[in-house]
Amino acid sequence: MPKRTDLKRIMVIGSGPIVIGQACEFDYSGTQAVKALKEEGYEVVLVNSNPATIMTDPELADRTYIEPIEPETVAEIIRKERPCALLPTLGGQTGLNTALAVAESGVLEECGVELIGATKSVIEKAESRELFREAMANIGLSVPGSDIARSMDDVRRIGEEMNFPIIIRPAFTMGGKGGGIAYNMEDLETIASQGLAASIQSELLLEQSIIGWKEYEMEVMRDKADNCVIICSIENFDPMGVHTGDSITVAPAQTLTDLEYQKMRDASIAIMREIGVETGGSNVQFGVNPKNGDLVVIEMNPRVSRSSALASKATGFPIAKIAAKLAVGYTLDEIPNDITRETMASFEPTIDYCVTKLPRFTFEKFPGAQDELNTAMKSVGEAMSIGRTFKESFQKGMRSLEVGVAGFGSDYRGKLPEREDIMGLLRTPNSKRVFALRHAFLLGMTIEELHEITHIDPWFLHQLKDIISMEEEIKDFGLANSLAPGNDELYALMKRAKEYGFSDRQLAEMWKQPETAIRQLRKDLDLEPVYYLVDTCASEFEAYTPYYYSTYETGKEIEVADKKKVIILGGGPNRIGQGIEFDYCCCHASFALRDMDVQSIMVNSNPETVSTDYDTSDRLYFEPLTFEDVMNIVEMEKPDGVIIQFGGQTPLNLAVPLLRAGVPILGTHPDSIDRAEDRERFQALINKLDLMQPANATVMSFEEARKAAKGITYPLVVRPSYVLGGRAMEIVFDEEQLATYFDKYVPVNLEHPILLDKFLENATEVDVDAISDGDEVYVAGIMEHIEEAGIHSGDSACVLPPHTLPADIVGEIRRQTIELAKELRVIGLMNIQFAVKDKQIFVLEVNPRASRTAPFVSKATGVPLPRLATQVMLGEKLADLDPWSMRKHGYVSVKESVFPFSRFPGVDILLGPEMRSTGEVMGIAKTVEEAFMKGQVACGQVLPQEGKVFISVNDRDKPYILDVAKRFADLGFEVLATSGTAKLFIENGIPATRVAKVYEGRPNIVDFIKNGEVALLLNTASGKRTVQDSKSIRQEALVYGVPYSTTVSGARAISMAIAEQRNCELTVKSLQEYYAGE
Amino acid sequence: MKAILALEDGFVLEGRSFTGPGETGGEVIFNTGMTGYQEILTDPSYAGQMVCMTYPLIGNYGVTEEDIESGGVHASALIVKECCKVPSNWRSVASLPDYLKRNGVLGIEGIDTRALTSHIRKNGAMRAIISTEELNVEKLVEKAKALPSMEGLNLVKDVAPTHVYRWDGVRPQNVRLVDGVYNWTGKGPKVVVYDFGIKWNILRLLHEQGLDLLVVPPSFTAEQVTLTGADAVFLSNGPGDPATLKDEIAEITKLCDMMPVGGICLGHQLLGHALGGTTSKLKFGHHGCNHPVKDLTTGRIEISSQNHGFCVELDSDDVEITHINLNDDTVEGIAHKTKKVISVQHHPEACPGPNDSHYFFKRFSDMVKEGLNK
Repeated sequence: MPKRTDLKRIMVIGSGPIVIGQACEFDYSGTQAVKALKEEGYEVVLVNSNPATIMTDPELADRTYIEPIEPETVAEIIRKERPCALLPTLGGQTGLNTALAVAESGVLEECGVELIGATKSVIEKAESRELFREAMANIGLSVPGSDIARSMDDVRRIGEEMNFPIIIRPAFTMGGKGGGIAYNMEDLETIASQGLAASIQSELLLEQSIIGWKEYEMEVMRDKADNCVIICSIENFDPMGVHTGDSITVAPAQTLTDLEYQKMRDASIAIMREIGVETGGSNVQFGVNPKNGDLVVIEMNPRVSRSSALASKATGFPIAKIAAKLAVGYTLDEIPNDITRETMASFEPTIDYCVTKLPRFTFEKFPGAQDELNTAMKSVGEAMSIGRTFKESFQKGMRSLEVGVAGFGSDYRGKLPEREDIMGLLRTPNSKRVFALRHAFLLGMTIEELHEITHIDPWFLHQLKDIISMEEEIKDFGLANSLAPGNDELYALMKRAKEYGFSDRQLAEMWKQPETAIRQLRKDLDLEPVYYLVDTCASEFEAYTPYYYSTYETGKEIEVADKKKVIILGGGPNRIGQGIEFDYCCCHASFALRDMDVQSIMVNSNPETVSTDYDTSDRLYFEPLTFEDVMNIVEMEKPDGVIIQFGGQTPLNLAVPLLRAGVPILGTHPDSIDRAEDRERFQALINKLDLMQPANATVMSFEEARKAAKGITYPLVVRPSYVLGGRAMEIVFDEEQLATYFDKYVPVNLEHPILLDKFLENATEVDVDAISDGDEVYVAGIMEHIEEAGIHSGDSACVLPPHTLPADIVGEIRRQTIELAKELRVIGLMNIQFAVKDKQIFVLEVNPRASRTAPFVSKATGVPLPRLATQVMLGEKLADLDPWSMRKHGYVSVKESVFPFSRFPGVDILLGPEMRSTGEVMGIAKTVEEAFMKGQVACGQVLPQEGKVFISVNDRDKPYILDVAKRFADLGFEVLATSGTAKLFIENGIPATRVAKVYEGRPNIVDFIKNGEVALLLNTASGKRTVQDSKSIRQEALVYGVPYSTTVSGARAISMAIAEQRNCELTVKSLQEYYAGE
Repeated sequence: MKAILALEDGFVLEGRSFTGPGETGGEVIFNTGMTGYQEILTDPSYAGQMVCMTYPLIGNYGVTEEDIESGGVHASALIVKECCKVPSNWRSVASLPDYLKRNGVLGIEGIDTRALTSHIRKNGAMRAIISTEELNVEKLVEKAKALPSMEGLNLVKDVAPTHVYRWDGVRPQNVRLVDGVYNWTGKGPKVVVYDFGIKWNILRLLHEQGLDLLVVPPSFTAEQVTLTGADAVFLSNGPGDPATLKDEIAEITKLCDMMPVGGICLGHQLLGHALGGTTSKLKFGHHGCNHPVKDLTTGRIEISSQNHGFCVELDSDDVEITHINLNDDTVEGIAHKTKKVISVQHHPEACPGPNDSHYFFKRFSDMVKEGLNK
């Protein structure tokens, strides 16, 4: 069947900001799909609030709406654009839920829009737990024993009837949000109450636990003619009980016989048909009883997913692209397989390597949260690795994670933990369990024992044990034998070590030699990796797609091109502070290189990204971003340059070793990076340019700190000098707090100094992005933060152009930016953070590299920064490129951050110097108020229109909150406050009602929150005591989903947005219209 | 134990034996299925072949009692990247190395199976030797060259039975013909199944269709079939070059005029010859579980199990091409326009592979029953 010609214009919904459970995999899928639809000649209308996505680049879709993904806005866009069809399966759960809501509202019928890919009934059938259970019964498949609860009464009734543990799964949420495992009635009540709040349908599935069963996933595709294919099977290392996003997973399935595999395949296809997914891809999850093979269906997602992105990267089969083509009427046998060219998409990929995906966690960012894995996803990113064996792939994956290990076990130098501590980590799944397994083996525990405790399949445990035995062998060999290149046994051993995935660094540590010596030895032995193709067909056909992984084998499948080429180092697994924004820059570097006819070569280990799409670069190496793995590629490819300034901290950490190895680094010289990062050199730079920075000092002990503090004066920002991303950074207001900080974070024998900076209270923070070619500097964007200085810049909302800063200050910031860029001889991108207080400008930080805001500024100004920076790095001049002429004006852009607090119960939501947001949204409008309002709506903040506002601020903030309180009173809100604040308000003529603090008896503020009487919470706190006192209030707000702000400036902005929402009509406008000045 | 794999064209790889010492030869082919090694090893069609599995981790789930396609192992060697010594699966009764050792079949690991596969794809399937005993590469290559070529090789005689038997749903049961007449015991249509090296799942699925089965050796003549009182004939899969089976083709030609005939794989190739076509050797054959086959009669695509080194070439006004392989457009199924004759090249019985083509057994059964009702 050829493509449909009755459709002209198709709307695609993206997934919005990066949150836990919904990351850049949906940009990857969405970008592929939009490109595929364009390729077929359709007009594409796109909605996505996330500016850091490739899919929202204005040249991709015909109409790009960077607007909130919520039903009213989407309906408005539909009314305006009148698309023929809506494709809802590419924007994750957000896209699907929004499409469903829009369908239910009747707008689609009203405007004659057809849902393609998944109809309303399909979405309902797959997503409603009850309908899904019925459907499975129809086709004779089992599901775990379960019951539906719509109220706490239901929950209690079911809890009485069912055996614990019970799994709680809210309907219509993604990443298992609001779910969990209850081992007793109390657990059940706590988790279920949160789950009911999280589900948009207030519907929970309470499920008999099958914890410990084997878990599998299948990726299925179906076309209009009912042809079905399985793209990939995935087996989870962590058995049932751990969310699949938090599990180590392996493709293909490892421990199923053909009979069992085919049973699962048949079931997947039957489910696809029964649910009625007419075209596209779906993901089906199964549990298998390890004792007798009983098969149960856990769930199915009728859309592209994190797993489908992984499956695409694992097999080379582009699921999202094919899904888009199927949605417009093609059948699988009409779509060519890009990789083999001669065969069609109607086949099942077969692979001849093993793929491992490892989750990346950041529990350290959320003190108070329990490091425990269950059915609600907690990981913020993942690394994927490819090897010819599981051992090789697993160890490559471990070093790709960038958590300080060079493989599975390079921490053997440390003392082995106590047995009891190890057992604790084994009993309940957690982010450190895989390391505990290693320790348990080293303690002499057996596979049987470990299987008994963890339920991890013995096959996986055997694999880990093999690695550990090999490690012993390597160590012993080093003690007994000569490590000279002439030794044949050494060659054999090292070859085997490499086949087991051991890195040079692991060998270096075991043999107590520098890594460079091991590298040299390996080269002397002629042990170099080969690069094999990911080709969907295990080499049965010739492959044309340049997608490679390294392994220690014998073949040769790569020809080094005889043309100018540049390697781009990607950012590795997503984590807080380093995510999609950097991948965005890497992709644009690649696009720019291609346009300049320079071969672009991408190296990255993150399967979620656009950069690891085989289409993005001329060549893709799916490899860990370590010195060894990168150097292997560099030495083979011999590139003209390597770009390290786009991938965030990961490639920057490689700058010095690469430079020492003689690798040509493009753009700003690493020495300039050092000048900006080294404290003393930076101070010298500031002095030289006659600029200002906050008073500061470097200390090695509390005593020194105490003395220095007197000179600088409180408050201070205190942080260790060797960590990045705001780790262990705090603001202290007095000596007592300083002492507490030292107790908490600073070891007695300090290796690296502690840094003290004067904290500029109530200063305005400003972020600046600029490009320099060495001669000229283009100041691309000056962003004024909404939150005051002291809140991590990645967590602040910001406005472009600045909304309150006077022109002379903006001009001066511009001047200083240019001075700094020139002095540092920046070539490429640069980001500077300033603080403005009392008309004085302080330089807080200079980063001569791509920043998190580069995509936002590109979208907000219409000037493609990463592209220009790439051109500049390759020698082009800004004068010729003329970014000044590209710049668009006439509207305001706001960037707002999105936080994962609801996934970490027990964590304080107060913002601070440590970054904790996972993603961002953008709001664009004519006025700053409207843009901010859109930003709030886009990140899911419900702006109340009436009701009670509870205001509780610390003493320092009191003078600043008055105008905010007054505005809320004027808007008709009832202002609630605790005694002191209430008194202040009343004295200033603001009507306020006094409520009791938590320890002042009942009913107190927490009761009000629990009873749903608080519409908005404004709470600032600093200092140990006030923070502790008010923590329970913020906790309850989080649990009960009360909108909140924890800064005065944030509160002010919310009042502004509410006023705006009340006064103005909902307007939607595409990026293309803004750029055209319409 | 060190083992050398030497191909007739001088391509050599070194690995380790995981089944002890030995030396064996045959045609080296690759199979792209990621599961199903036990079914492959026990499939008589692999007689005379050394199977290289392209998926690198083999043996993970061990071996079971049920997943067998014949009474023994027929492949002459198994070539893998890494063989699992301690399997994990609730049905597993033994490890793959032990199973191979027990069956006296050589298994080697540590082989760059991708390099081997690429070599075969570019240069074609060829003869090879594996040895742990002779490590001189030149001598091994000479030995490989001295092996008989697959083309023109009759391997059916090595794997096919010499006596008739009955299929009871699980395994073969010996029966006797009295004066060539068979006492059909079942209720359904009576089908004589030619065993050229049959996979048991063909018998299982024919049995599931309610057909009464009498399995006969390749030497069984059309006349003998008539004597048994059969309603129809089914021709099984099997190893080797179909063109060498001249006598069998002659008998099948006669049978096509007498009663409904169905066939799979070698059976399909023999029907091809019987209906006026020929067979030719594919460069490196089709062996795997992921080839798309289009049923031209319905337009549906099925993902098929494949295992053949020869394919049918046929241009006849009397015969319709019913199935084609979407990867290379080779013939995957034929039907006679007027006679009740259907066959497929791929393996609708799967084992290993997808069950998408199971309908073929119903199609055959319906064709047989239709004749009986008239």
